[in-house]
Amino acid sequence: MKLRIIKTTVPAILGSFLLLGAAGCNKHDPSGAQDRKSAAEQAYVAPGEMDEYYLFYSGGHSGQIYVSGLPSMRHIVTIPVFAPFPGKGYGFDDTTRAMLGAYTWGDVHHPALSKKDGMYDGRWLFVNDNANNRLARVSLRDFKTKQILGPIPNTSGNHGSSFVTESSEYVLVGTRFSIPLPKGRYAHPSEYKEEYTGMLTGIKVHPETGEMTVAWQILTPPFNWDLASTGKGPSRDWAFFTSYNTEMAHTMMEVNSSQLDRDLAAFVNWRAAERAVAENKFELLDGVPVIDPSKAPGVLYYLPIGKSPHGIDTDPSGRWIVGSGKLQPSTTVVDFEKVLVAVEKKDFEGENRGVPILRYTSVVEGEVPVGLGPLHTQYDGRGNAYTSLYIESVVAKWKLPPWTAEEKANLEKVVLDKIDVHYNIGHLVIGGSDTREPYGDWLVAMNKLSAGRHIPTGPGLPETSQLIDIRGDKMRMISEAFTDKEPHFAQIIRADKLSTIEVYPKAENKHPEAVWSMTDAKATRQGDQVKVNMIAVRSRFVPDIVEAQVGDTITFHITNVEQTRGMSHGIGVNELNMNVVVDPGETKTFTMKLTEPGIFPFYCTVFCSALHQEMQGYLAVKPASKTAAVEKESVEPSL
Amino acid sequence: MLNQASKTGKDDGAPETRAHHSTAEEPATRRFLRRERLFLARPLNLASRLVLLLGVAFLIGSFFFPLWQIRLVAPQYRDGLELKVYSYELRAGNNGQHLDEINLLNHYIGMKPIQQADFVEMTWIPFAVGLFVLLTLRATVFGRMGNLVDLFMLFSYFGLFSMANFYYRLYTYGHDLDPKAAMTIEPFVPVIIGKNQIANFTQYSYPMTGSYLFLGFVLVLLFAAWLSRKEKTLVE
Repeated sequence: MKLRIIKTTVPAILGSFLLLGAAGCNKHDPSGAQDRKSAAEQAYVAPGEMDEYYLFYSGGHSGQIYVSGLPSMRHIVTIPVFAPFPGKGYGFDDTTRAMLGAYTWGDVHHPALSKKDGMYDGRWLFVNDNANNRLARVSLRDFKTKQILGPIPNTSGNHGSSFVTESSEYVLVGTRFSIPLPKGRYAHPSEYKEEYTGMLTGIKVHPETGEMTVAWQILTPPFNWDLASTGKGPSRDWAFFTSYNTEMAHTMMEVNSSQLDRDLAAFVNWRAAERAVAENKFELLDGVPVIDPSKAPGVLYYLPIGKSPHGIDTDPSGRWIVGSGKLQPSTTVVDFEKVLVAVEKKDFEGENRGVPILRYTSVVEGEVPVGLGPLHTQYDGRGNAYTSLYIESVVAKWKLPPWTAEEKANLEKVVLDKIDVHYNIGHLVIGGSDTREPYGDWLVAMNKLSAGRHIPTGPGLPETSQLIDIRGDKMRMISEAFTDKEPHFAQIIRADKLSTIEVYPKAENKHPEAVWSMTDAKATRQGDQVKVNMIAVRSRFVPDIVEAQVGDTITFHITNVEQTRGMSHGIGVNELNMNVVVDPGETKTFTMKLTEPGIFPFYCTVFCSALHQEMQGYLAVKPASKTAAVEKESVEPSL
Repeated sequence: MLNQASKTGKDDGAPETRAHHSTAEEPATRRFLRRERLFLARPLNLASRLVLLLGVAFLIGSFFFPLWQIRLVAPQYRDGLELKVYSYELRAGNNGQHLDEINLLNHYIGMKPIQQADFVEMTWIPFAVGLFVLLTLRATVFGRMGNLVDLFMLFSYFGLFSMANFYYRLYTYGHDLDPKAAMTIEPFVPVIIGKNQIANFTQYSYPMTGSYLFLGFVLVLLFAAWLSRKEKTLVE
């Protein structure tokens, strides 16, 4: 079966390669050198000039977000999210430590920008954690992680997120791995079909604060929910999820879950889910209202999409939903207006556990033969779609419907252009592709294999990103950059859409222990609790000698009283595994239990001034007082 | 001769002068004093008085504009740190943060923090400007050339004193340096008008609209005098 697909597509692929070869030649400049030079000029951002766009990469299992500029593709900064990041003192102070909890890593796949009326509003970036089933919200005002929600109940493998609805009402989550619920219940994987449960989740986003809360969940069979996108325009109340295991296999997945030609995608009416909860059509499971879709009609519909689909992407109009079957050489275009008609007329081809399955032939507009291994689709806002082809290492540009009768008869005609990428592309991103008005100028291809594209780095290789100019009829390769492991999806937003601060205004600092005047900076003791209200300013800590004794718990509230751009200070404490960074106008709190006597120098870790090296002090820890020491001795022998 | 003599006593400027030259019986000093008395008593015409009201507007307007601006530019402060001097306050850029920053940087060379409270002149200068407003209104009503001379002299003194005071301030800041400071630099005087290099900073210092209004006031006084130069002094 698989072999047959490959056999039939090889000639088509060869054909497209020849086509591409011809397209690469410039009529006036056969060598293409001039072409490459002008391409480089367009992406060149001279020293002192700034990029037009932000590019927010998911950092994969680094747990972080990488921020680059576009079109330069230069890495600018990393936003730590799910893993400690000493460079920013992330995961050391009390607040970020509590946010991370016991986890020291996460797996970020799909960043999503907050939206208002289907357009980016530049407020927040949401990212998922596929590993520990969490969701995080980063504020684009200060590029810092504000909230980590989770582990989300009843969900294991938060892959199909984060996808934001038209006005950021919800971030939607699909569980990739189904498990027996509630969490902690044992059922052997051989009982997979009966005992394991899939779940689609709506996470409510507070319109002002952005605070995320688990709102509701929809119970599904254990299909392995994969990717998703949200609707807009006619589909604004809907969200779409692919799955790759309608077979409900539990072992040897690469074979056993690839048996059916089509897997069921979920078409979720999240407004109907909201209503079902309002009408009490749910049962509480682990504290979350869980909707059984067979008992709440109108919430969930299935649509078979071939084969083992991965990405499912809504176009800017909200009418065309494109599902890419990674094991077939075509991508499936669904007409959402026909979906609405089919729902209305109950035009179903069957049902699965009480949930209707939409009639494929009634709602599918066509299967576009884009090439081998289609994964994800992005849009330029001019009626074109761009699909990444993993197996073929190509981006295919093709024309969205409406198609002419002639085109419809032979959909190869709507495939307009192909460009090689290096190699094995996963996601691709066009700025604003998931909004009503994509920017439509640049496409970034995020490739999984960089083999041989860079000077050697030993056996562990970085990822490659390639910048492609999509302004003309033909795509043009512009430049290439490398990132650490491992970007999956990314988001692009115009830099002027963000209102980013450069310092925390003093007036906004509401930390109860903040001190701004050197005369207020001090250390105080209450029992075995030592509290230090410390100031950091060029180039000193006040106080710079802090006394304590073994057995104390010492809490530093350190305020950076600077109000100048870039004047961050850090405090690293020798041998006590503490490193906190305080930005201008910020107060951070960190706590240490002192167990050893001695002198522990601390110093500024962020180069701040000509006398940065002198910005230091001492934490002087006396041995425990006699009574405490006796108690300690009496306990220790038993250890 | 006769012809000229017949003109004696007329208030017409030039011929009168020539006539006095030729009047042998009056000593030169008395002649001078008489002419001076006549000049100071010369009335101001309507045009002069209207122009004086413009001068009043300039003085009042000076409260709304800075008198001076000092800007400090360094590679890492490309947009500059800005300090604007008003007659009644110091106003620093970025809601006052630039002054904090200047003081923070100055602590490395042991300069005293620049703070509003130390500028006692910022209480008396507004008072003085108010006084000049009243004196100018008085001149407008009394309408004598002598009032303009008073105003010109007093205001010039006020201006020169303020400038000297400003210079003294800057001199003190640049010379009263803490010997224990981290960096030792030669005592210096920040430039008052123009550009100056202090370590990594280029200092720009220039008068602003408020000062130009003061200058405009002086020109108004001169213009008002000029407008009434041909008025006749009433001799009782």
